[in-house]
Amino acid sequence: MEIVKSALEPLFSLIHAGSVWAFVLATIGAAVAVVLSQNVVRMAFWLIIALGSTAGLFFALDADFLGAAQLLVYVGGTLVLLVFGVMLTASGPFMQMKTSPGEGVLAGFIGFSLLGLLATSVCTVAWDPHGAVAPIAAAGYNPAEEGNTTRALGMSLLGLRPDKDLGQENARPGTGYLLPFEVASVHLLVVLVGAAYLARAKRRQAPPAL
Amino acid sequence: MPAVELDVYLFVAAVLFVCGAVCMATKRNAIGVLMGVELVLNGANLNFVAFARYTALGLDGQVIALFVIVLAAAEAAVALAIALSFYNNHLTIDVDRGNELHG
Amino acid sequence: MTPLFAAGSIAGFLKEHDFSDAWSSGLAAIVHAFLIINFFAVAPLIYIWLERKVAGRIQDRLGPTRVGGKFGWLQTLADGVKLIQKEDLCPESADSMLFRMAPYLVFVASFGAFIALPWSDGWVAQNLDVGLFFMLAVMSLEVIGVILAGYSSGSKWSLFGGMREAAQVVSYEIPMAICALVPVVVAGTLNMVDIGRMQAGWLTNWLVLHDPFTFLAFWVYFTVATASVKRAPFDLAEAESELVAGFHTEYSGIRWSYFFMAEYGSMFAVSAIATVLFLGGWHLGVPLLEESGLYQTAGGVFIAHLIGLGVFIFKGCALVFVQMWVRWTLPRLRIDQVMTSCLKYLLPISCFLLLGIASWPLAIHCLKGRTVLFGEPLGEKVYRTSQPTIRPVQSARQPGAMHEKKIGERGEGSLSSWRS
Repeated sequence: MEIVKSALEPLFSLIHAGSVWAFVLATIGAAVAVVLSQNVVRMAFWLIIALGSTAGLFFALDADFLGAAQLLVYVGGTLVLLVFGVMLTASGPFMQMKTSPGEGVLAGFIGFSLLGLLATSVCTVAWDPHGAVAPIAAAGYNPAEEGNTTRALGMSLLGLRPDKDLGQENARPGTGYLLPFEVASVHLLVVLVGAAYLARAKRRQAPPAL
Repeated sequence: MPAVELDVYLFVAAVLFVCGAVCMATKRNAIGVLMGVELVLNGANLNFVAFARYTALGLDGQVIALFVIVLAAAEAAVALAIALSFYNNHLTIDVDRGNELHG
Repeated sequence: MTPLFAAGSIAGFLKEHDFSDAWSSGLAAIVHAFLIINFFAVAPLIYIWLERKVAGRIQDRLGPTRVGGKFGWLQTLADGVKLIQKEDLCPESADSMLFRMAPYLVFVASFGAFIALPWSDGWVAQNLDVGLFFMLAVMSLEVIGVILAGYSSGSKWSLFGGMREAAQVVSYEIPMAICALVPVVVAGTLNMVDIGRMQAGWLTNWLVLHDPFTFLAFWVYFTVATASVKRAPFDLAEAESELVAGFHTEYSGIRWSYFFMAEYGSMFAVSAIATVLFLGGWHLGVPLLEESGLYQTAGGVFIAHLIGLGVFIFKGCALVFVQMWVRWTLPRLRIDQVMTSCLKYLLPISCFLLLGIASWPLAIHCLKGRTVLFGEPLGEKVYRTSQPTIRPVQSARQPGAMHEKKIGERGEGSLSSWRS
């Protein structure tokens, strides 16, 4: 029994740590594939993989509500909309619009330089690990006394910050996000009306009477 | 196998950002450009959430990421409506053809 | 000794027996995946047989009678064998990569929703705080696979099917999420295990009977859920009288059967969500198990949970049966009727229900001085029976890293605050 345990230990630790690495690799690979593919529907497919794996990374970062929101809003909503747009606009010859090779090389060069710049700054800056506070709540199931991110997020959108305001002496209230929340709501309403106005069917002439 | 730490998340976010930027610059399909925007926003989001988890940013990072998701959805809806009316007017979705304002 | 499943999770059980973190979480993951994928594979076999029998009986036929004895039990198995043998065709005009990937995408989306689905008290693969939200989110991904399948087939029938599916499902997602929010407002949590626990005891504790708004929300949810898993009368995406077979016209063999497994999987998933949210989850509706003293011993808890599992699957299958019944009873709607009924009727109704449920406790408190019509308020009874503590093992984190501050109050606290 002990032998089996120790023999399979690497395998299980691979599953344990490897799942997050799988999401990391999937995100990177799919993002690169979005750039490289020429067919716009394939781009949409790779974008789905990229954004879905990002949702997986959110789960790994203990942001379970955000991960689910990413899946619902982004992958299930926005991307369906995009694919829908592709279907409405892709007609034969416009399916593939090739970038000229010169542009591709230039963009690749600039892209790699930008990536190099970002990567070096990521590696060289010490990101102050000592300033870290323990996360609000671990992902998954949290017992009653530990709360969860959903509750905390909801309260902060209502203008309360349970992790900052409550339980502190002389805490200054009002560090929440009530105003941005309201602004975002109005913004969404405006967008709803605006998008419906822009995309409405324009009838240049009245349809012939039957 | 090492655990995935802050640096790795930041690197992934950088890759998403760069891919999105290159996508915006090179794609001639308006919807392809939109997809580039989505990638860029996701890179930024991943940064926010990673900092929320590993530094003193705390819950703020997640709230901002939530706003980004909401606004990105709104942006996609409007941009798609614009792309569709562009298509209605030009009978193509190639952004290089939208050049009447050259003067 | 703690019984296997009642420990909350297999991982917790293994931890108690000196297995390392990696071992326990990895093994638990494998066991959960094995159990779910087996349910996922076996349930369609039974459902398809049931569908044929139901269809036959409703149309005054017998349905399958030959394969495997008098009732044709083995008909689906024989069909499955036939499907596996068939050639895996890919049309010349299709985008072969997307054409091949699309069934997997549909399958994964439908299968992934089962991660957060509680089968009995605490028997859940991953007990997520955002369980309900996660399930709705993952199930919404299924539409993308359908659209891609329709688009990449290179056939106009498939494309029509895919377009209809996109328009339909994106619209129906909205009232579905809002209707699912109605019981969530009552329960005060998105965790499906907690929502299920609140409905212990008598039938009147089921959320469908909690107040008029949840009662209406159940019917609206079930209608909308039927539409969102594209079952008749909303199966416009595959309307065989107009579109040959809709989005899966060009598929054959095993890839075609993935679509069907996903469809039956989602049917059970939406029915199971309805069961947990409205119909008392794994509870009998009569406090037999709680009164019988079965919870006193560890083995008794296990048996009680096993009975709960049976009850849960029975309720889920009963709702699936209703979906079949509706399919063979009602004629198919036109696409404009489908969109009108969603955007002009179901969406306003569900918004009204959400507003209503938000003001209900206040209104009834003013009128009657209490927050519920029958029985005791939710949350009082949740932890009354000596339930075993459910603490699944967190992967990749030691327990000490969790923060120490309390965020609000949860469970009894937040619910009882209504009454104060």
